[in-house]
Amino acid sequence: MEELLSHNRKLIFMSVKEIIDRCEELFEDLNFTYAREWKAAEEGRKVVGYMPVYVPNEIIHAAGMLPLGILGGGDAMEVIHGDAYYQSYICRIPRSTVELGIMKNLDFVDGMLFPSLCDVIRNLSGVWKMLFPEVYARYFDTPQNFRSDIGGEFYRNDLQELREGLERLGSRKITDEDLKNSIKVYNEYRNKVREVYQYRAYQPWKVPASEVYLLMRAGEIMTPEDHIQTMTDYLAAVEKEERRMKDNCRVVLNGSFCEQPPLGLVKSIELAGCYVVDDDYMMVNRMITEDVEAEGDPLENLSEAFLKNSLSFPSKYEPSEEEKGKYLAEMVRERGAEGVIFSAPSFCDPALLDQPMLATVLEEQNIPYISFQYAENSGQMQPIREQAGTFADSIKLWSAA
Amino acid sequence: MSNDNNPEIVKDASMLKQKAMIAGNYEKLTNAKELGLKTTSTFVPGNVNELIQCFDMVNNLPEINALGNAMRKQSGAMITDAEKMGHSEDVCTYVKADIGMMAKGNLAPNGKPMPNPDMLMLSYTGCYTFLKWFELLREQYKCPTVMLHVPYQGDGKGEVTKSMRDYVVKQLKEEVIPTMEKISSVKFDIDKLREMMVRSAKAEDDLVWVLQTAKNKPTPIDGYFGAVYYIGPIFSAFRGTEDAVEYYQLLRQEIKERLDKGMGPLTPDGELKEEKYRLVVEGPPNWTNFREFWKMFYEEGAVCVASSYSKVGGVYDYDGFRHDPQNPLESIADYCLGCYTNRNLPERTKMMADLIEDYQADGLLINSIKSCNSFAAGELLMLREVENLSGKPGAFIETDLVDPRYFSPANVKNRLESYFQMIEQKRQAA
Repeated sequence: MEELLSHNRKLIFMSVKEIIDRCEELFEDLNFTYAREWKAAEEGRKVVGYMPVYVPNEIIHAAGMLPLGILGGGDAMEVIHGDAYYQSYICRIPRSTVELGIMKNLDFVDGMLFPSLCDVIRNLSGVWKMLFPEVYARYFDTPQNFRSDIGGEFYRNDLQELREGLERLGSRKITDEDLKNSIKVYNEYRNKVREVYQYRAYQPWKVPASEVYLLMRAGEIMTPEDHIQTMTDYLAAVEKEERRMKDNCRVVLNGSFCEQPPLGLVKSIELAGCYVVDDDYMMVNRMITEDVEAEGDPLENLSEAFLKNSLSFPSKYEPSEEEKGKYLAEMVRERGAEGVIFSAPSFCDPALLDQPMLATVLEEQNIPYISFQYAENSGQMQPIREQAGTFADSIKLWSAA
Repeated sequence: MSNDNNPEIVKDASMLKQKAMIAGNYEKLTNAKELGLKTTSTFVPGNVNELIQCFDMVNNLPEINALGNAMRKQSGAMITDAEKMGHSEDVCTYVKADIGMMAKGNLAPNGKPMPNPDMLMLSYTGCYTFLKWFELLREQYKCPTVMLHVPYQGDGKGEVTKSMRDYVVKQLKEEVIPTMEKISSVKFDIDKLREMMVRSAKAEDDLVWVLQTAKNKPTPIDGYFGAVYYIGPIFSAFRGTEDAVEYYQLLRQEIKERLDKGMGPLTPDGELKEEKYRLVVEGPPNWTNFREFWKMFYEEGAVCVASSYSKVGGVYDYDGFRHDPQNPLESIADYCLGCYTNRNLPERTKMMADLIEDYQADGLLINSIKSCNSFAAGELLMLREVENLSGKPGAFIETDLVDPRYFSPANVKNRLESYFQMIEQKRQAA
């Protein structure tokens, strides 16, 4: 803890550039030095990796372990071994993740969680068990039935199994008190994430999408305590900086919840004249939309939070036909956006199958949209920049407003 | 197994029976309104056919419609129509063929339009695309949709936990059955369900007997191309019916006769006389060029003795599962949980290696399907592992389910021929 505080103190009084440079350094570091150092700082520490979209990090944290978001290898990694495991028509994230594993970039990771997102990530849980049998690898299910007495009961049991698995991994009990403390930490954490998002929606010229992206990516690596401090410092630093408002249009990005775009793509959208006022990058940090109840049975509270207060995403069933896709139109309205950019990875079944239904909702509400696909190693940004630029111009020049 | 162009082939009684059953179901479906019947669409893996029948509802399976359209060479245009409507080139072609079929009037094989379903039974088993598929259909049909979430067996060695089973049973009791009662106006009768289960188990016994005859040399059946026909009734609208029981009794008699006479499997060009290569196959077949694909095997004397696809709608020949009239809802849960693609990759891999040994096969062939990540993601690792476990060579080909653009005959044939040569070389080296 002392070490963390001292690290946090180093971050205080940093400029926006210094903070974002630090975040970018973490983002580019495929050796995960921060996590390695965290683990080495105290004997017996464990690191548990997780894939998108959502795992309850509270349980990993309560076990005294570091939750580490694994989001593929990005555009800097040359995938050689990973390609031998996946056919050309499968997205890129599993192959670069396997590459990270085989190249020993993840050799310090003691456990890996594979959430119920799609068939590829699901089967990657089996690939991991076969390739790295010494690692605790678990497929993590979330319920598609949202009744407390049905899906809730199943999910609570699922959380208990995860708890017991991590207890075995860490050779220590995870008490209810541990869980309650972690729930409080993550409540604070999510509130801070929401504050950053709200700040950006309010003054997007002060908080560019690429900075928010890097800031949130850092949260996939740092401890939550460290990241809360980083976000606090960032907001304080931003407040002090003068940044000119441009005549950009305001857009919501959708479809990038798993495989990540290259940073250049995030920047290109902004350079093309779009202020990103909301997105679905790294939803794990705000999946739960309200504070989780800290008193009572912690696992039941985590379960209820997912059932009742979690964001929509394509792999989560929407029981009501009337409600299908409405969340996106509401997000556009709440954030004061003028359009939506569907930006999904190639071969991403959940995003691409969901898109036509979301587009229907947007059309019904006269919300303009465009769509394009990417891979984490996409190199050519010019076509995307042109497409986004034309979209921004069309909104600015010809929208009813 | 019909072959109207080949007068030498005399259709077996089971073939005629199956043809009549399928035609009858399409007649019921397309005349449902006139007959006062309610219809439900559902999926092959994890289908709850006994329950559907309990409520006198008629079962429509979009996957079967899509593959039927592919075999009739109609799916290509349907897929391109769906793509023009905004569906990505990258996604499942079953879904696009279904959506394109709707756009073309939703005609059944009998030429009559399908009715709009009264219900979508979203049995969410072993495939994430199912969820999106029925959300897309619900948008069109605006009908009640019931989600039955079947948890994936991600951990353990094929063990269904109590929590998983209880979750599925609770959904059946609290969500599925009440919705079916409401839509059909038929009260749930558990004794009727038990009777269906007795019939299901009988048919399952006979199917397993048939599939396992492929352990013989020569095998009297093809466990992949031929099995596609054998699994038809039990994986679609007939499990639990008297028709299915009769069909599998007939089939068993016919296969027994072949076995007793030492005959090889039936192909579209007659009996396979010389069995040169025995293969286990992982992955669904290609439907757009089904006959052409099959021919590439039997022309070379290759027979598929076992396949994962013959387990896609239920695994009956691996760990002894049967529908159980004493515990009907629990056994529906176990059935759903145990479907092949709902099992984790290490278990699927072991299953393929075991099949090679049990069926004295020469190796594993993977037909990797562009559209189907549920099967395909991880298959390259599976191939390597099975080669290691069995010591037998494997091969990998790529096609698609119902998109003719992804069937490249020359490439597939080339790879198969190389594979057969590899098997020969291995034999000579041994």
